[in-house]
Amino acid sequence: MSAAAQPPLGVSGATRRRGLPWRRRHPIAHMAIVRLALGVVTLFAVSVLIFLATQALPGNAAYAVLGHSATPQRLHALEAQLHLNESLVAQYGHWIGGVLRGDFGTSLANGESVSALIGPRIVNSAVLVFLAGIIGSLLATAMGLIAAARRDGWFDHVSSVGALTVTAMPEFVVGIAVVIIFAINVFHLFPAVSVIPPGTSPLSNVSLLVLPVLTLSVVIAPYIFRMMRAAMIEALESDYVEMAELKGLSRRRILLVHALPNALPPVIQVIGLNLLYLAGGIVVVEYIFNYPGLGAALVAAVSDRDIPTIQFLVLMLAAFYVAVNIVTDMLALWASPRRRAAR
Amino acid sequence: MSSRREWLVILGRAARSPRGAVGLVLSGLVVALAIVGPFVAPYSPTQTVTATFATPSGAFPLGSDVLGRDVLSRTLAGGWELLAVAAAATILGVSLGVILGISAAYLGRYTDGLIMRIVDIFLAFPQLVFALLLVSVVGPKIWLIIVAVGISHAPQVARVLRSVALEVCERDFVKAVELMDTPAPKVMFGEVLPNLLSVVMVELGLRFTYSILIIAGMSFLGFGIQPPAANWGLMIQENRIGLVVNPWAVIAPTALIAILTIGLNTFTDAVARASLGVDRPADEVAATAGIALETSA
Repeated sequence: MSAAAQPPLGVSGATRRRGLPWRRRHPIAHMAIVRLALGVVTLFAVSVLIFLATQALPGNAAYAVLGHSATPQRLHALEAQLHLNESLVAQYGHWIGGVLRGDFGTSLANGESVSALIGPRIVNSAVLVFLAGIIGSLLATAMGLIAAARRDGWFDHVSSVGALTVTAMPEFVVGIAVVIIFAINVFHLFPAVSVIPPGTSPLSNVSLLVLPVLTLSVVIAPYIFRMMRAAMIEALESDYVEMAELKGLSRRRILLVHALPNALPPVIQVIGLNLLYLAGGIVVVEYIFNYPGLGAALVAAVSDRDIPTIQFLVLMLAAFYVAVNIVTDMLALWASPRRRAAR
Repeated sequence: MSSRREWLVILGRAARSPRGAVGLVLSGLVVALAIVGPFVAPYSPTQTVTATFATPSGAFPLGSDVLGRDVLSRTLAGGWELLAVAAAATILGVSLGVILGISAAYLGRYTDGLIMRIVDIFLAFPQLVFALLLVSVVGPKIWLIIVAVGISHAPQVARVLRSVALEVCERDFVKAVELMDTPAPKVMFGEVLPNLLSVVMVELGLRFTYSILIIAGMSFLGFGIQPPAANWGLMIQENRIGLVVNPWAVIAPTALIAILTIGLNTFTDAVARASLGVDRPADEVAATAGIALETSA
């Protein structure tokens, strides 16, 4: 397994590489281009689906917004504003044309443009996802490494049971538990709501960020931990680690230089999956903490039936999803000693 | 065909393992409580019986909620609907996913490409966001929640089923049946599917856990089963403002959902170990195979 993992060595390797077609000499660049093109196609299909779900499902959107008390005049005016009186294809053309020009429509809830409403919230959500992603994955990876290195020790048992307990627990359960423990009932360390005044950076008041970031980190950590532990154990049982042990290398060197690089690719995949999970997780967590981000905006837009805002937000979350997918696959390829080599 | 007994054997083996026993007891307790609960609730779950957010007392062991309703009665009455809707969504989603996955693997070529591209498109939606999108226009109807959650499971199940069915489709007995001019649906669901039962069982367990997660989450956000009916997700959301006064109105439903998901997840894990014959949790095995299991909710 590991012998074939080595990239071609020396001069003969280099000349052989030059003879290969471009896509084989630059597997990562080739993959990036293919995946980007596929991603654009996927997003186009996603936009059609979002459009069909919001404008073509049974139930008139204008009626849904105005409710039972709508007068026929207001209904007609709103239908014209949403282009509901035109054909489906023309309606889609209006919407996607606007999106491509950077015009995401006007919020039905308060008449502001959707981009003005959402702009600052993108930054807030990005800060949340970034911090939770970094803290959650680093912590989980380190714990997985230690658990695997001291397999069947007390740390391994405690953290494995802990991970199994938290795995698949809903975000709102973790969030509520965090609020009960750290904000309201047991300790009074951090605020239970994270209302960030408009126009200020979420980083200017770190205590507001602690609980939402903690919740999201706890939600994503168990999967990464379990994957890291399993991948490290597999690597530590391999022939090349046995070889390294027989050579008399230090335990530290074996762990970090020989086993870790081979354990990382699947872990990167799982970290990517969990970042994707955060795209859905922020909806509930931002709602719990009243954190002004995209997720809370989506909940508000759904209860207001603010269709242009919903369309834009769902498209944004899907775009994030597609982008993270591409980056993850490329990172995993780049980090993999086996797959990086031109074959 | 021994496959009908095979799944019972796997379930039995899982239930006898320590892990599986713990999971079965935990989830079984919550399910039993949800089913029996409505019949033993001391008060009406929707009627105001005392002051708002009263602390626990002899008459109201868990105190009262935001409208002065008995928390114990609402907790007892608020589970079965969640479980029923989650079960329906799970069966719909896993059936759809099984059909799509086996069709993609068996029919191959263009059908495979087409199905998997469609699957990729649906995978780009976080599950909760997909459900919210459908509910946003039509409103929170129970049938729509079942359909939305079911559809959002299907692509993930399809991916898993396709990857395991590919190998089964190459086996000799499938080739032999094909030589007898057996129609494709009969080969797919009469010959290939029975060999994938253990995978389907693990998927049912995983998707049921995720269904509960999403459906309770939607109720928590206010888009689930509508008030005043009792519902654990809704209870957490409406009683949050009273956490300082009577935390039990939040703790009771939260703890039940937590115990249920922990139990289900642990039992599914035991089923996966018993059926796959590996000493690794289901999600790790799937992740190594490059399958996205965790991208839910």
